[in-house]
Amino acid sequence: MTAPASREIERLFREEYGRLIASLVRRFGDIDIAEDAAGEALVAALEKWPETGVPPNPGAWLTTTAGNRAIDRIRRERKRDEKHQAAVMVYDDTPHAPTGVIEDDRLRLIFTCCHPALAPEARIALTLRLLGGLTVAEIASAFLVQETTMAQRITRAKAKIKGAHIPYRVPEAEDLPARVGAVLAVLLLIFNEGYLSSGDGDPVRADLTGEAIRLARVLHRLMPDDLETTGLLALLLLTEARRAARVRGGELVPLEDQDRGGWDRALIAEGHALVRTCLAANRPGRYQILAAINAVHTDAPTAAATDWAQVVALYDQLARLDPSPIVALNRAVAVAELDGPEVALAVVDRLPLEGYHAWHATRAELLRRLGRSADAREQYDAALAVCDNVAERAFLHRRRGQLAG
Amino acid sequence: MAQYLLSVHGPVEMEDYGSYGSKEEMEAAFAATEAFNQKLQAEGHWVFAGGLMPATTATVVDGTGGTPVMTDGPYLETKEVVGGFWVIEAPDLDVALKLAAEGSKACGGKVEVRPFQTEEAVDDLLGQDA
Repeated sequence: MTAPASREIERLFREEYGRLIASLVRRFGDIDIAEDAAGEALVAALEKWPETGVPPNPGAWLTTTAGNRAIDRIRRERKRDEKHQAAVMVYDDTPHAPTGVIEDDRLRLIFTCCHPALAPEARIALTLRLLGGLTVAEIASAFLVQETTMAQRITRAKAKIKGAHIPYRVPEAEDLPARVGAVLAVLLLIFNEGYLSSGDGDPVRADLTGEAIRLARVLHRLMPDDLETTGLLALLLLTEARRAARVRGGELVPLEDQDRGGWDRALIAEGHALVRTCLAANRPGRYQILAAINAVHTDAPTAAATDWAQVVALYDQLARLDPSPIVALNRAVAVAELDGPEVALAVVDRLPLEGYHAWHATRAELLRRLGRSADAREQYDAALAVCDNVAERAFLHRRRGQLAG
Repeated sequence: MAQYLLSVHGPVEMEDYGSYGSKEEMEAAFAATEAFNQKLQAEGHWVFAGGLMPATTATVVDGTGGTPVMTDGPYLETKEVVGGFWVIEAPDLDVALKLAAEGSKACGGKVEVRPFQTEEAVDDLLGQDA
């Protein structure tokens, strides 16, 4: 047996982290106790595994070790304060078997992390920390904030969970759709930050897109019948499938110019299968429709072969569910392919999206196609002024430079 | 069981019918609030509740120095103030938030939900250096 390197142990630890923390939180009813115990279990593994080799079930080993450490700590502290620690030990929030709702420690914890009483940025940070096992430093650098700021944000959110008694519980069936929606929104935000990263660093952060997909897979496995969860996973897979082809030479490559040979066929096949499951159920929701739109794109062998009528029809369906100007903007991009840039521009011009980079970039593109170079240049400038992704900026710069006159 | 303060926030400026637009609106809100109070009692959430007189009737007392100092008016000069509150018992925040939504609908004001300190939280505070 070869001794595992500490990197390998840390990888295993991170893989098990969400499950480990979730089971400790359920058992001890306290996130801080769970995190400390998990940390001690890692230290123990780093000491022991290089000698003994990785145990056959590393997750079980870590859970047992961490559980023992937590109990040791509680016993130590109980001597200091009998009453308080007795309260912690008996705290077990196991609900009395609500039928029809799947119970899993990680599922409970993700609902806690994405609780609507927490600020959206705190939900994202807690989810990445507790379920994704990312360090505070990693989360801080992903969202371009100081590590101390991120640490404070997480500490405050944990203190609110404890102080306000936010439960570790899968919501009741009647509340489930809204609460699942909050979880899915967090996963999509994590993915989007990875797929179009802000700041001057990497334009695409595969660690974040990968983490969002991993968590979406967990959620889908736990709630296989929730169609919007299925839809979100499909949407993320079909978007991730195009990631490698999306940036070339430090510049964002629009869908129509991407090398489709560089798309990940396995992810596309998986995403298409999920979309088919959704279509068969015929209860469309926002994420399912977005996934279906991406299925149409990834189904086309060439950009010219895209079934734009189908894309517009899907956006029409989405607009009925979500009549937001952003949906209308995306629909207009498809309309431009179907009915021409003039028709699309008339729609886009009416949208109240001044200052939103994609609105300016879309107008610039449509004006460029219509040969209105001066107007297009103005819109490229407006888009560049608010665009926060290095690869997209590079793309907009080049397009602007290519304008005639 | 935890306890929560559900405080109702509304405009400091009162019209003829308090914060309500008309006599009918006010009567409807009072009736809905009374029904909500009955529900809290029937379901075992009720601890205490009450509406407050206008903020202009408040007096601030500072007893931290030698002689207590009295100041006319509320502690903070704001456009919105607490107009009433419930103290409820609930097993967790989810239940408290649901009750707050019902209470808000009944009385027609925004409701802030804030947990009371538990004995455990006080122990944590006192035991920090131990």
